[in-house]
Amino acid sequence: MSNLPADYELVIRPSRGWLHLNLRDLWRYRDLLFLLVHRDFVAKYKQTILGPAWFILQPLLTTLVFTVIFGKIAKIPTDGLPPVLFYLAGLLGWSYFAQTFQSTSGTLVANADLFGKVYFPRLVVPLSAVISNLLAFALQLVTFLCFWTYFKFFSTAGVSFGFSGAIVWFPLVVLQIAGLSLGVGLCLSALTAKYRDFTYLSGFIIQIWMYATPVIYPLSQIPEGWRWVAVLNPMTMPVETIKYMLLGQGVVGPFYLALSVAMTVVFLLCGVLVFNKIEKTFIDTV
Amino acid sequence: MTRPIIEVDNVSKRYRLGQFNARTLREEAERLFRRRRSNGKAGGSPGDHESEFWALKEVSFSVQQGEVIGIIGRNGAGKSTLLKILSRVTEPTSGLIRIRGRVASLLEVGTGFHPELTGRENIYLNGAILGMNRAEIKSKFDEIVAFAEVEKFLDTPVKRYSSGMYVRLAFAVAAHLEPDILIVDEVLAVGDAEFQKKCLGKMRAVASGLGRTVVFVSHNLQAVSTLCERVFLLEQGKLANAGPADDVLRSYITGLQPGVEDFRVTTPLLRWRGLQNRRSLDDLRCDQDLMLELGFETGQESISNLHVDIELVDERDRTALHCKSKFVREPMSIPSNTNFAVRYLLHSPHLAPGPYRLTVYAAAGTKELCWVEQIDACRVSAASPFFPDDVLQDVKGTTVPGFSVDLVPSTSSEYVEVS
Repeated sequence: MSNLPADYELVIRPSRGWLHLNLRDLWRYRDLLFLLVHRDFVAKYKQTILGPAWFILQPLLTTLVFTVIFGKIAKIPTDGLPPVLFYLAGLLGWSYFAQTFQSTSGTLVANADLFGKVYFPRLVVPLSAVISNLLAFALQLVTFLCFWTYFKFFSTAGVSFGFSGAIVWFPLVVLQIAGLSLGVGLCLSALTAKYRDFTYLSGFIIQIWMYATPVIYPLSQIPEGWRWVAVLNPMTMPVETIKYMLLGQGVVGPFYLALSVAMTVVFLLCGVLVFNKIEKTFIDTV
Repeated sequence: MTRPIIEVDNVSKRYRLGQFNARTLREEAERLFRRRRSNGKAGGSPGDHESEFWALKEVSFSVQQGEVIGIIGRNGAGKSTLLKILSRVTEPTSGLIRIRGRVASLLEVGTGFHPELTGRENIYLNGAILGMNRAEIKSKFDEIVAFAEVEKFLDTPVKRYSSGMYVRLAFAVAAHLEPDILIVDEVLAVGDAEFQKKCLGKMRAVASGLGRTVVFVSHNLQAVSTLCERVFLLEQGKLANAGPADDVLRSYITGLQPGVEDFRVTTPLLRWRGLQNRRSLDDLRCDQDLMLELGFETGQESISNLHVDIELVDERDRTALHCKSKFVREPMSIPSNTNFAVRYLLHSPHLAPGPYRLTVYAAAGTKELCWVEQIDACRVSAASPFFPDDVLQDVKGTTVPGFSVDLVPSTSSEYVEVS
């Protein structure tokens, strides 16, 4: 532990302002980050019979429910795509967002015990949630590709869809979702630390948010004049874009994308700054 | 002299008391509304100041590298707050601290362990939480496992561990941190006596062998006096005394008032070892003699003019009896470094049924040496001394003396008339 410069000096004083992020500390604790990712991933489905298979089963079951309720009963159109693929693609981005949001929004309260005893950059914990959920996302992507292959080559619907050339930008969309869920989650985490009301709200927020996002319906169902309103929801574009990239159907435009990315940046900045501010003394108020 | 490794300059910490902590949105809104209204009138709301509390007030001190510092004080004196600020868990309200080295806190045992992960995984995780990187943990891994004695269970989830194994593993990880500054807060309150000894030994080795600085907070004055060179005494958030361990401890003990929450105060001069015949004191009948053998150990100096007092307290915190050795005998003299016992023999004290706790107080002349409260002392059974098959029930007093009840002839003349 003595790999410090000789003139190392840590100054503890009441912090002023919002912008002191201490990213160097974050970098020093990168090993902790990956151990936490490991912990989240390994411990999640311990003592279950199906184990990690749940990472795949969960979205499949949701897709099944969606297919029956929204596809067969409510008959919401799916842009002419096979409903199973449509919902799977929509859920891909959405469940990554929802799960990361849920684990980051509880960060401060859930770890109060640990945070009250030892210092490490608090941001490590929500970041680890972003990364461990990314692994789950990857597993779901593989599942999706299996279904994609089946429908493409072994069913009559195969002609109606295909990858779009834009798929090279896929990682950027994932990055946007990661940033957005982190930002929103951090905001809520800071609010929850102060007002416990938000513990109960976060479940509703995520439910309502899903219906405001084109997961179970295509954006093309919204009248053109109103689409910009839907796009104000920063999750709209990422979900729609993923569908467009993987299935070739979807409403995507440069203005919409710019708006969505701008909203994401705003959320992320707010989240990190508020979290950073609250994190320093929140232990006095939990 | 080199620059101090820890410099604490005028540090204060304010807490807001009461409802602030668990305030909901509605309360916050109401408060805003109230404040605005009262601002309209003269003055403004005084309520905000009433609920303030300074856990630390203008505390300043410095610590040199390699020193072992003890911080003592009653509950609520600000010890934990100071440690929290030093370990960067929270920020001071004002003041400044400079720390020239890496700090690690010895956690409350097992904080940060994940029950589903194996011992091996938890060593890495816990080490990283405490600030080690993977390479450092790897190089210490075998030592940690050996210290904790959990070789066989490395790949078992820690939720299957016995509590003893859990504690050992947690301490082992922390003990091998090798930071420049180690902060220890009351962790020694857990674990069996042997393990505690091992922990103290490890801490001593860390301090003396490797030139590390240790800041140790404890109620266990015995441990403080053996480990620490210098002691800071906090009182109501202020630094009340600082200096060589023995001096500060002695003045602290003399200043203690009865009824404080700390229930064990011992000096290096006289150490309380325990009630050496405790086993024979369960299931005592109320008219039996009560024998208490109080075990002590003297330190580096011999003691003369020693007297030892006891007090027995019942379940409801009432004093049942109070005896002083000077009532019945001359003061005692004990050579240095000696184990000895003082035997109190109470002739059929007739205690009411129930458990009793003991307070032991020892002093040489007027100099207080040892004060131990809340010792589990004895249990008096409900068996009646009067009728072998009966039991004593609903006794309100603290004693049931031997007594008789007889019918006597009426003498009429002795009545005092109530007019």
